[in-house]
Amino acid sequence: MQAIRDTAWLNIIVFLPAAGAIVLALALKDAKKIRVWATLVTFATLALSVIMYVAFDRSSQDFQFVTQRNWFPDFNVQYFLGVDGLSAPLVLLTALLGFASVIVSFSVKVRVKEYYVWLLLLETGVLGVFTSLDLLMFFLFWEVELLPMYLLISIWGSGRKEYSAMKFLIFTIAGSASMLIGILIIYFSMGTFDMVQLANTPVNAAVFSSQAVFWLLFIAFAIKLPVWPVHTWLPDAHTDAPTAVSVMLAGILLKMGGYGMIRLNVSIFPEVAKQYQPILIGLAVVSIILGALAVFRQKDLKRLVAYSSVSHMGFVLLGIGSLGTVGLTGAGMQMFAHGTITGMLFMSIGLIYERAHTRQIPELSGLASRMPIIAIMMVLAGLASLGLPSMSGFISELTVFVGTFGQYHVATIIAVSSIALTAGYILWTVQRVLFGGQSEKASHISDTTAIEMIPLLVMLAMIFLVGLYPSIITDYFKLGIEPLMGRLG
Amino acid sequence: MNDVNVFLLSPEISMAGLALAVILLDLFTTRKSLVAGLALVGLVVPTIFSILLLDKRGDIGFYDALVVDDFSLFFKFLTIAVAGLVILGAQEHINKFKRFQGEFYALIILSSAGMMLMASVVDLIAIYISLELTSLSMAGLITFMRTGRSAEAGIKFLVLSAISSAFMLYGMALIFGLTGTTKLDGIALQLPDQRLFENPAMLLGILFMIAGFGFKISSVPFQMWVPDVYQGGPLPVIAFLSVASKAAGFAVLIRVFYLAFADLAVDWKMLFAVLAALSMFLGNLVAISQNNIKRMLGYSSIAHAGYILIGVAAISGVNADGVPLGPSSALFYLATYAITNLTAFFAVSAVSAKINSDNIEDYSGLAQRNPILALSLAIALVSLTGIPPTAVFWAKLYIFNAAVQSGLAWLAIIGVINSVISAYFYLRVIKNMYVRPAADTSKFMPGVPLGIAITVATVAVLVFGFWPPYLLKVANDAVAGMIF
Repeated sequence: MQAIRDTAWLNIIVFLPAAGAIVLALALKDAKKIRVWATLVTFATLALSVIMYVAFDRSSQDFQFVTQRNWFPDFNVQYFLGVDGLSAPLVLLTALLGFASVIVSFSVKVRVKEYYVWLLLLETGVLGVFTSLDLLMFFLFWEVELLPMYLLISIWGSGRKEYSAMKFLIFTIAGSASMLIGILIIYFSMGTFDMVQLANTPVNAAVFSSQAVFWLLFIAFAIKLPVWPVHTWLPDAHTDAPTAVSVMLAGILLKMGGYGMIRLNVSIFPEVAKQYQPILIGLAVVSIILGALAVFRQKDLKRLVAYSSVSHMGFVLLGIGSLGTVGLTGAGMQMFAHGTITGMLFMSIGLIYERAHTRQIPELSGLASRMPIIAIMMVLAGLASLGLPSMSGFISELTVFVGTFGQYHVATIIAVSSIALTAGYILWTVQRVLFGGQSEKASHISDTTAIEMIPLLVMLAMIFLVGLYPSIITDYFKLGIEPLMGRLG
Repeated sequence: MNDVNVFLLSPEISMAGLALAVILLDLFTTRKSLVAGLALVGLVVPTIFSILLLDKRGDIGFYDALVVDDFSLFFKFLTIAVAGLVILGAQEHINKFKRFQGEFYALIILSSAGMMLMASVVDLIAIYISLELTSLSMAGLITFMRTGRSAEAGIKFLVLSAISSAFMLYGMALIFGLTGTTKLDGIALQLPDQRLFENPAMLLGILFMIAGFGFKISSVPFQMWVPDVYQGGPLPVIAFLSVASKAAGFAVLIRVFYLAFADLAVDWKMLFAVLAALSMFLGNLVAISQNNIKRMLGYSSIAHAGYILIGVAAISGVNADGVPLGPSSALFYLATYAITNLTAFFAVSAVSAKINSDNIEDYSGLAQRNPILALSLAIALVSLTGIPPTAVFWAKLYIFNAAVQSGLAWLAIIGVINSVISAYFYLRVIKNMYVRPAADTSKFMPGVPLGIAITVATVAVLVFGFWPPYLLKVANDAVAGMIF
């Protein structure tokens, strides 16, 4: 195990998709070969990630699989990659969803080559965000994700795709600018971009107050997570994105926000985080409740899941806002769980859309009789989403509530009440779409194929695995969270 | 010191000689490719002389008017490289000049000689002469399209350039009257021991000189000529103007203000900071509404003059070795901006040669017609926006760093905000290339010379994007080795 940890393992994981994209761009023409190649590349990334996850030393709180080199000495910029308990599960999640989304994309027929190039680059960008330990590299990877995402939505999307993609771009760039200013202030005050070093030394922002830097960073992550009131880009982007991109967006891109909050806001500015704890909790509760309420008004299936994401990601912020071991671990678990559950939901919606050519709930009805397997999958994903015990959604939300309740009774109680709302809209939606009388649209459609089942089953397996045996991820998250507790005092 | 050591001037002399040789050859041959070949290969001579001058660093000649230092050599190499790339990249466009191709090369080379001189002289009169050498050659070049627009652009450039020169000359006269010398180091010694605003003659003199330099670097409020000239002029000429001319202008500006007027730095610092902010805002905001890509790049060039002016205004920051951060970041920026903007202009001229339009709408679907060309242009535009990992990102980072270290944090924030604004119009071109369907889907390839120029420039953008330390070291050395 130690032998694996000493290799350039992590570098290969991060850059394999990008390398695959370059080979694909230069060498492959045939659509079928492109699909096979992309599948192989992402599967290899997944396999390497699983090995990394297993080889991870669970007795050490230090960063592992570290590569540290001078990159740009004048600026003290390093090439610095590594994983700890917080990032290891997220790397695994990214590799998992990256693989799944390639298979989901088999139905893409236009400009196939470009599509996979961008999709693979996107995966490298996200993996880089989760593994960078140098602030500038972190920012760099954060930006790498931008352009592929924009193009994926605006070329292969549906509906008002150009508008939605532009909205996504503008929100994200505004967030990036805010983050860049924050990062630069940290650098000018501390003279380093090294995240490990920054987390271990109290930051005194000489140029601006630490409070200002905290919020500059927080804005960027809040846009990504997304937190009310900067969540409005998400429903548009989700609605108009192709299925696989929705999976990536909900599954891992949103997690970059939560990860950033923990990795930068909480670990570098623990004092400031404590000072503004009530505001974080407040924003979380508003997101949870407003997101859940907004779901009821939605007629488009994807829009519906998008708002439910806003609500569910509110739990992540709630857990972070608790600033305790249990709450933060819950936040990490919720990120992982939401990634697999929402990924599965978007996949089943994508399958429905491909067959019925509509996502409008009033036009869909009685699908279960025509496509029983997809229906079962969607019901299972829905149940996981509403927090059915034995599935991952339940355990992660429970952990968040346990972590928060001790300090914020009222806020937690309000947040818990959203569970009822979630159960309401999920069951109501499932009932309208899958059951009831068969609509015209549903009369001539067929069920899923074996290949389409692969990603769904993988997600389902993860949901039950985490639900029944949560320590498979909690052990890791705790390991990543505990050093933070020392700093929070 | 007072000897006339011709060797110190050898790169410029060989440049001028090359220009003459090109014209002569053009008289005797009808094979235009031969002329182009000579112009390109001939650049090796000034390059060799410049390399030889590396041993003469620290020498001053021509009655203290000419210096050989890292700073001037930095700009000599930059100018030669840009001239070479522009000659290579002009091949696609050159047929539009009909029988004036020899003159085109000769003027590009002559103007380069002027720019190389601008970076090397430390005497007001010599500065004026080298500026005029550059400007007159450029004015001729701009009219080369022989269309109404091109002629209008040329005249506009000529008239405004003459006016700005007149102002500059007047400013120089005032400074000469105050100090009794035209040598920059002499001026530094003789300047009255007063604040800038306490002495009207000094204030006017300096303001008028800023007007002259401001024209060269196309900063607000001396930017009026930019959009029309960029739109009307031939693409290779504009590429050259936007990159080399700007660089030479900044070389003189930095030399004069950091050498002659160093004692007044606290006073002119604010002046340049304000000009920087105004240039950035004007350039980026007006660029948003442009539909012609040449005009858009014109406004973008104004905006980038603003970013680089941040470096000029950042007077007090020094790095770990004591090298002033402001000038070295400006030099670093100029080099990265040069390769990035050249990439953009080369790509634009490849497209323009094919579709005969500079309309941004007509870039629709370029990604399918020529994926590599579209990718090159996209990389250039991403770099201009300042998104990592591209060359200009590091330059922006470095220049903002210089600003913050000099107590100009507000200016750095304005710079970041402007980078966000600029994303909108740069990415709009990328969006057209990749998202919008093409009206005409036929594939096309640029010619081999232009293809080489694009490839070299694009690779440079990426190399400096992933590995900037070397270039930064060169820029630092250039400033550290500047003879004060």
